[in-house]
Amino acid sequence: MNGDANPSHQSVSVQVRGLRKSYGGTEVLHGIDLEVASGEIFVIMGPSGSGKSVLLRHIIGLEEPDAGDILIDGESILSEGVMDKHRMAMVFQSGALLNSLSVADNVGIYLREHRLKNSAEIDQIVREKLELLGLKGVEKKLPNELSGGMKKRVAIARALVIEPQLILYDEPTSELDPLIAVTIGQEILNLSRRIHVTSLVVTHDRDLAFGIADRIALMHEGRILAIGKPDEVKRNTDPLVQRFLTADFKPQLTEAV
Amino acid sequence: MFQSIGEMMVLLLRTLQATPKLWREKHKVAEQLFEIGNASLLMACLLSLFIGGVIALQSGPLLAKYGLSGSIGGMVGVAMCKELAPVMMAVLIAGRIGSSMAAEIGSMRVYQEIDALRTMNINPIHYLVLPRVVAISVALPMLVVFSMLVGWVGGALVCASNEHIHITREAFFGSLRQIVEFKDVMNGVVKSFIFAVTIGVVSCTQGLQTIGGPRGIGRSVTKAVVNSIVMILLLDYFVTRFLMYFD
Repeated sequence: MNGDANPSHQSVSVQVRGLRKSYGGTEVLHGIDLEVASGEIFVIMGPSGSGKSVLLRHIIGLEEPDAGDILIDGESILSEGVMDKHRMAMVFQSGALLNSLSVADNVGIYLREHRLKNSAEIDQIVREKLELLGLKGVEKKLPNELSGGMKKRVAIARALVIEPQLILYDEPTSELDPLIAVTIGQEILNLSRRIHVTSLVVTHDRDLAFGIADRIALMHEGRILAIGKPDEVKRNTDPLVQRFLTADFKPQLTEAV
Repeated sequence: MFQSIGEMMVLLLRTLQATPKLWREKHKVAEQLFEIGNASLLMACLLSLFIGGVIALQSGPLLAKYGLSGSIGGMVGVAMCKELAPVMMAVLIAGRIGSSMAAEIGSMRVYQEIDALRTMNINPIHYLVLPRVVAISVALPMLVVFSMLVGWVGGALVCASNEHIHITREAFFGSLRQIVEFKDVMNGVVKSFIFAVTIGVVSCTQGLQTIGGPRGIGRSVTKAVVNSIVMILLLDYFVTRFLMYFD
């Protein structure tokens, strides 16, 4: 997916056209259409089970669509060699670090397995990427010795090593406390500005979405309900959109008997 | 069942296609070899010693009754070479190594580590399956030769110490040298190589097909071990039949 052929650091655009996917007779994506511009931070929001992660897995090529297409810089990912032409990375919800490898080995795995640098250069790059994300001195630790937030940051560091043109984040702040969530959101924003990477973020964290997004799409039951700039989405009058955006915890007082 | 066999065949073919990249994975093969040796050598030694001893114990008095006790060394030798060492070691490796392969790959699948590899354009067959199948295919034949030697020693010890058999170690190994040929040893080695590839492919297939959480991993491990043992026993007959043409 992340070919070695294209040395350019330019970000890519993404177009999803009429994407449909069913599992066991149940359709989870009902013809998704959306466009993400090059260098944009595009956030896909929606309640759990709305098909956000499935959409992301299609874009990175982990799933094949039943119908529709996904274009990267105008070329269908279903065509031979297109996925190899572009450098794409995904930060999984769980981090998906290889538990049997140290942090340094996890971060450097792409360079090592593709024989892109020698050992000393890989060590140097790994240190740089970890420092960039505020992780110093954790190189030799195993993933299970790290906190949830550190795992997410290691996963982002691993994605950065690829020098991606497109990064997909799947629920980057889930299971994190608000302070770490803010740090992760800030990192997504910084990376986008610094390396001008196209970022596609799937989340149900409203604060993160409205804090970092250039544009937001709101998904519900495999369909896109609203799409636009954060202010436009906030002004959307669809009751489902408003219910999702304004849902709040209100303790209900019960009268003592 | 036919679907499972088909999936295993597909994985075997893809693994064979990946073999030109084997040299790149040499460190992973070495790691796997070390793990297999570490996990199974002591157990293999114990098992083989007792198997050799039990065959001598069971057949010795019977052969003595018919005045054939002089050929017990050859009998234990051939039994260990052609059948017991390859089959017993394959069953041992299916239980100890096949299960751990299925569990490791299965948990990597469940916790999206394999997906992460794919997003980095790292082929899981090159990274995970090839080193394991190659390591097990090298380790099992070596373990089988070791098992034959230990089994012979077990047989010799029982023959020398049991008053119903009365065969000295020298007589035991003399008979063994007279009857066991190099092709008998190779027979066991060839069998064990086929069993090893089977265990590796079956276990990796189960691991890669794991779905669900810990329960799914448990199911994959059980299926890997059971399917491997069933395949070993079925293949044993057909490979034996095939190898008889070379006797």
